[in-house]
Amino acid sequence: MPEKYHIKTQPVPPRRPRIGKYGVVDWREDCARCHNCVKKACVYDRYRQEADYIRNLSDVDALFFDCMGCFSCVQDCTKGLLCMSVNPVYENLGNSYWTPDIIKTTWLQAETAKIPVSGAGYRGPFAGQGFDSMWTDMSEIVRPTRDGIHGREYISTSVDIGRKLSFLAVDGEKATTSLPPLVSIPMPLILDMAFPAHALPQLDAIIKQTAVNTGLIAILDSRHWAGDDEQLEHIAFYLGPDSPDVPKEALRKTLLVEISDSGKVIERIKELKKIHPQIVVAVRVELTTEGVERAIKLAEFEEIEVIHIAADANGNEIGSTSSLQVGAKKPQFIKDMTRHIHTTLIEKGIRDEITLIAGGGVALPEHLAKEIICGADLVTINLPLLISLECHLCESCRPGMVCPAKLEKIDFDYGVGRMTNLIAAWHDQLIEVMGAMGMREVRRLRGDVGRAMFFENLEEETFGKLFGSRKND
Amino acid sequence: MASYSVQEKTIKNILPENTLRTFVPQEEVARVIKPAPPRYRNEIAKYVVHRNLNCKRCGKCAEVCLYKVHVLKPGYKYFAEPKNYLCIGPTCEKSGHYCVTKCPQGALEVKENPMYKTLGDFRWPADLILATWKMAETGDVPPEEYGYDYECGNSGGGFDRLRFKFPEKPPVKLNESEVDTGISLNKRDDGRPKIKIDVPWYGGGMSFGSVSNVTQLSKARAAVAWNTFTCTGEGGYMERMRPYDDHVITQVATGLFGVREETIQRVPIVEFKYAQGAKPGLGGHLLGDKNTPAVARMREAVLGISLFSPFPFHSVYSIEDHAKHIDWIKHVNRRALISTKVSTPTDVDMVAVGSYSAGTHIVHIDGGYGGTGAAPDIAKKNIAMPIEYAIGKVHNFLADEGVRDKVTLIASGGIRSAHDVAKAIALGADGVVIGTAELVALGCVRCSRCESGRGCPRGIATTDLELSKKMDVEWGTQRIINLYNAWRKVLVRILQQFGMRSISELRGRTDLLMHLDYTNEVEAENER
Repeated sequence: MPEKYHIKTQPVPPRRPRIGKYGVVDWREDCARCHNCVKKACVYDRYRQEADYIRNLSDVDALFFDCMGCFSCVQDCTKGLLCMSVNPVYENLGNSYWTPDIIKTTWLQAETAKIPVSGAGYRGPFAGQGFDSMWTDMSEIVRPTRDGIHGREYISTSVDIGRKLSFLAVDGEKATTSLPPLVSIPMPLILDMAFPAHALPQLDAIIKQTAVNTGLIAILDSRHWAGDDEQLEHIAFYLGPDSPDVPKEALRKTLLVEISDSGKVIERIKELKKIHPQIVVAVRVELTTEGVERAIKLAEFEEIEVIHIAADANGNEIGSTSSLQVGAKKPQFIKDMTRHIHTTLIEKGIRDEITLIAGGGVALPEHLAKEIICGADLVTINLPLLISLECHLCESCRPGMVCPAKLEKIDFDYGVGRMTNLIAAWHDQLIEVMGAMGMREVRRLRGDVGRAMFFENLEEETFGKLFGSRKND
Repeated sequence: MASYSVQEKTIKNILPENTLRTFVPQEEVARVIKPAPPRYRNEIAKYVVHRNLNCKRCGKCAEVCLYKVHVLKPGYKYFAEPKNYLCIGPTCEKSGHYCVTKCPQGALEVKENPMYKTLGDFRWPADLILATWKMAETGDVPPEEYGYDYECGNSGGGFDRLRFKFPEKPPVKLNESEVDTGISLNKRDDGRPKIKIDVPWYGGGMSFGSVSNVTQLSKARAAVAWNTFTCTGEGGYMERMRPYDDHVITQVATGLFGVREETIQRVPIVEFKYAQGAKPGLGGHLLGDKNTPAVARMREAVLGISLFSPFPFHSVYSIEDHAKHIDWIKHVNRRALISTKVSTPTDVDMVAVGSYSAGTHIVHIDGGYGGTGAAPDIAKKNIAMPIEYAIGKVHNFLADEGVRDKVTLIASGGIRSAHDVAKAIALGADGVVIGTAELVALGCVRCSRCESGRGCPRGIATTDLELSKKMDVEWGTQRIINLYNAWRKVLVRILQQFGMRSISELRGRTDLLMHLDYTNEVEAENER
């Protein structure tokens, strides 16, 4: 059996106290000291652990929040004195898109590298916006398109980055077409640059080493390159409008490079190809209101190999915050923009020639699978990597503000371990959903919307027929 | 004994005697409704009553309270902790029996419980949990004055946005005794038993391992009392379940844990589990901590290792393979009905018709928001469609294929209340399977900690010997019997309002439903 893609992991415990959803157990006066709650009710032994924890407390802001929320102590207390509430620190994590639940599960995966498993059924809303408005399909007894019965180890998640030819010219038995360069990576995931507000000096080195450990590629702004030229095959330099050029020798050690979109993008690609003919060049297209049409237009040029469309952190059109005003147009979401670009390129007959990388708003492993179903070949992430380091996404990354995760003090091995664990957990979960779909190749998942069900379609097919038009749509 | 009318004379001629009945004497469980008070000292309440130091212990509060919230035990000097869960809150003031205003010392205060928001979730809001507890305690519909919104959850879609369009007054006035809530599980005319159950639901498969044997037995005994069924799940068949064989569905799932010909022969219904709504396409999970010696023995597995059922059945790759499976069971147990449990992919309608053609009696579709003892979080939310979409799709396709009245369609995966049952039937199902609701009746708070360690801290979904003792079978049985009774009452009221004599009249009556997010003017829109 050929060697399988496997990410080596080991548990990396958090540096900071855990922040659980529950845990502020209010112990009112009038306690009978019967110790029913302490000795009997808590099957998780949390009261004793809390006492130990407080005894060894190192930080004054580090409270103990590890209650499992089972209510046993509350309900068994002899005098009914205990009261459980949601931890306010937990409620303040993240924002409306990057919810506390997303942050918590990212921390867990970064610590353990395991797929989060829990009991009881789904607890959330019926459906939601963005990625929450679609479901992946699964393969039942009769599914003519199933890839066949196979174990998880036979599912391939590797993808190719670069331009593909629509046909080969052959002279006798020999292909006369020169094949464009392709970069293969074992998982459809690219580690994107951190947003400027989140940039930390040590972060780039950690992300680069994570890319090495996972066999992936990290995009690095050439402005932040420290000059080390080891393992550059895992780095894709980003050459923005203000970025300095990378020395030719270093560029020749890379496989992929990303340039910003501009009016001179074709000339820029030719320049880079002149230095390193085997390099694959991606063009980063910011998904502003014109971004989608720009990406479609760029794809028509034969020099374009890879287009990286980038939405904002929440997956919306960039600059759409102003659209929160009353009467403003609802911003497009990354999944819908990706679908539009993908289907337009199919209609133009050029989809298979281009590699489409999409990023922005990918917060969970299911978003990775769903984004690929919507038409991306690969997906980029940056915020989940930051969150894996126990970031609260509190947006306090400004001089004079205190980072609750103390990110300025992170250790290199800790950072690499956490990020590697997170990617390993995501990889396992990608395989889980692909297994459920009966898919053996992630490349075949791209744009296969037949493997998904969309909220608006299901509503129309089911309730639209019965109850007329949907209100407020 | 189940009230199915076996065509025994015909069957005896062709079937071996030993497959006609279980050998074990069957135990009767009376359908008696009686109080089953909460098993915790402090039941979680919507309101809390505070008594301050001004209290002179005059007893006025206990005297006026209609709900027995205040208790001064004989011989005791001080009041016991108020039974908050019985308090209906400030609305009590209208009744003239409000302890707060009647207290001569002004020593009492009633406030909304600050802990209330920590209980429940979108699918099972706190009101629904508390109402289910109340039903399990009393066997009756929660009194209006408690103000529980127990008809639906707060998920913002599906059942939670559907409502019945009740007529201003019922077209026919019917007594409760005139309304039949029973359904037939065998619609094929194939000589197998015409099993009829008294309520349009039965208990879902929960394996020994995922839940305790006390939980399993409580479910089984309640099924006997209500002449319906419970299901073993895929973890094998406990010997202690044998006195209830006639009301048990045994499951043949991909792991084949504990499946033997002998266990298949015990029961009137055998269920093939191809997939489960909470984890479609993934197979069962039992994490190693819960694989105790008893579980390992039952499943014929190695102690302490995590048990993952494969997906799919590696012997089934087509409907023809499925038909071979069904033939196998029909041969082993010649009186059994066959149920086929599948999840809800896009082509669930084709699966249902294919399964019918393979010979199944019951098509059981399990929607994506169903319950589980353990499942990857990524699977619970993202794979396969919610049951609300699947029911109509399957119902209509079976009708289009001309086989709707030859197969029983059972829906599950998010049926939380009697209203959900009625809505599922109105969308096209014959009946439903329930699971989480039974566990909530036993005291589940949906903390989602069933999967690992010692399992459920509440003693329900655990195999830990100590935790299992938190509940006894008698109490558990009574709670579920009571819940069923309350649900049936709600269902009867719905049918009475529509003037329907039988639950089967409600099947597929989507014209009686409306959706809060739609214009509900489909005919006018079509005309335009």
